[in-house]
Amino acid sequence: MNGTENGRTVAARCVGLVKRYPGVVAVGGLDLEVRRGECFGLLGPNGAGKTTTVEILEGLTPPDDGVVEVLGQRWGTRDDRLLRERLGIQLQETKLADKLTVTETVRLFRSFYRQGRPVDEVIALVSLDEKRNARVGKLSGGQKQRLALACALVSAPELMFLDEPTTGLDPQARRHVWDVVETFRQGGGTVILTTHYMEEAARLCDRLAIVDHGRRIALGTPANLVASLDADQILELRAGGELDAGRLGALPGVAGVSARNGGWMVRVRDVGAALPAVLAELEQAGAPLEQLTTHQATLEDVFVHLTGRGLRDA
Amino acid sequence: MPEPTASRGGALHPLAELTRVRVLEFLREPEALFWVFGFPVLLALALGIAFRDPGAASYRVGVVDPAIADRLAGADDLNVTAMERGAALEALGRGRLDLVVEAVPGDAAPPEFVFRFDPTRPEGRAARLAVDDALQRAYGRQDLLEHRDQPVADRGSRYIDFLIPGLIGLNLMGSGMWGIGFSIVVARTRGLLKRFAATPMRRPHYLVSYALSRLLFLVLEVAAIVGFGWLIFGVSVRGPLLAVLAIAIVGGLSFAALGLLVAARSRTIEAVSGWMNLLQLPMWLLSGSFFSYERFPEAFWPAIRLLPLTAVNDALRAVFRGEALIADSLPELIVLAGWGLVSFAIALRRFRWH
Repeated sequence: MNGTENGRTVAARCVGLVKRYPGVVAVGGLDLEVRRGECFGLLGPNGAGKTTTVEILEGLTPPDDGVVEVLGQRWGTRDDRLLRERLGIQLQETKLADKLTVTETVRLFRSFYRQGRPVDEVIALVSLDEKRNARVGKLSGGQKQRLALACALVSAPELMFLDEPTTGLDPQARRHVWDVVETFRQGGGTVILTTHYMEEAARLCDRLAIVDHGRRIALGTPANLVASLDADQILELRAGGELDAGRLGALPGVAGVSARNGGWMVRVRDVGAALPAVLAELEQAGAPLEQLTTHQATLEDVFVHLTGRGLRDA
Repeated sequence: MPEPTASRGGALHPLAELTRVRVLEFLREPEALFWVFGFPVLLALALGIAFRDPGAASYRVGVVDPAIADRLAGADDLNVTAMERGAALEALGRGRLDLVVEAVPGDAAPPEFVFRFDPTRPEGRAARLAVDDALQRAYGRQDLLEHRDQPVADRGSRYIDFLIPGLIGLNLMGSGMWGIGFSIVVARTRGLLKRFAATPMRRPHYLVSYALSRLLFLVLEVAAIVGFGWLIFGVSVRGPLLAVLAIAIVGGLSFAALGLLVAARSRTIEAVSGWMNLLQLPMWLLSGSFFSYERFPEAFWPAIRLLPLTAVNDALRAVFRGEALIADSLPELIVLAGWGLVSFAIALRRFRWH
């Protein structure tokens, strides 16, 4: 294995990554390879090990086992500071100092890097021009998040880590953050992003790893992952009696079924054929229909299909 | 996107930026400003007034028999009041009188007197001597020796002269340790330390910036207390002011390093407060800020002198008295430098960035 060679095409990679905390395995043997120039997403519910994985890649948490390589370098082998010069990092729960202004905060972060963008330019990049002299404590949640992005972008990084960049933001603030990330991508930057929002993953990511309980359970482009369901539509239903999964799955137009939250999730290739057949099956089983919805298949359905749980289920 | 630019894009050297934001954050915290500047001055004012020189000593004496009051009338250092026996004893018990004189009932001439006073109070003992002297003369005692009184007003030996250097020491300890310990633990709980650790920032820079911002403020703090003591109480520094500054800098840095050490691993404000109090309380009591540690048994003095606050107080008092800095206070400066260097080294090694 030649790190420098890989460093040209691979932005970050880990093999057999393991991290244990007392009583819990946060990451249980994870393999990832992130290519230069792509936006790679880690999609999974809270507690899936996304943050632990990212913080290991960022060199903030040492792994218990496994190999980690970022921009062709392993943490702790050469001068880590040289590697940090090339990264931009946004952590999940950083509260920047309330008493400082936007400009003062960005200036401080700028001073840590030998190379990077001018302070004013970065502030403009995240559209905080009008707030440049406002105290951080007075900013809205979305503005604080964009300031965190500015602190990550100020080094003109090759690789940017974003850990749940839009959690807790309203839809407009979220789109604002996405715009900033997309601008960075257009400049050729690589992004590693964690999220539990499938819309965010679908919108921003070229490729995704779906993780659950510290393991990778699926990998691919958002389109490929959705296509792996072998279905365009998802039919979710709840019935007042017992149903047989095998019989449901064999109905015309149906690709497969799985139980979820006391109801059923039916993956459907052809709604026109499947819907009457499903209703007839319910009738025959003596299970009256209580609830029925259909929607276009999404990444959420991929996760539900793989785990039987939703991304935001407890 | 534009090319990356060198020269830190409008920012200064990281150490300068870190120090700058420390100073800005402090200035934007009105409560902190009060504790650092207002509190020591108010404390000096209150203690200076409470323990001010009483002027010519005047003892408050209660007499039960008005005839005795007449006999004492000639003594100008006595403030004599005739009163009922019960009221006089109560006033003595409450400290409003220093001494009560009564005559034993009977026919003896001159009568036999009883002096009631609290021998643990210096005023009581002094009043006893003054009353005895006045009564003896009133009944005809002739003095054998001639003497002249020549009062000395030594401004350097009042309580406030003792107190002001002690308050400077206390303030250096308090603002150094609390100011730094708190802001570091707050930064840690907010995840800011971790965020800094994710940058190429040199980690010693972060810790040194605290020391540098302290330097800036301690000059102002010391100037505030020294200036106040001089203006209001006429407390003067007989040694060079630069020596005061030098001690304040060495002491302030030493306490800053101790503050860093205490905050090096704490994850909560409660934890860091506990450690601060544990370290500071013994020094409040032992280090001679409010009263001389020479009141403790002599066997303890060498250990007490190893405490950093004792070293600051002793060195400052020496300069206030006009002694030479290096010649007379070298051991104190060495103690301070030792605490500072060892604390900083351990803090840097043990510092928890997450």
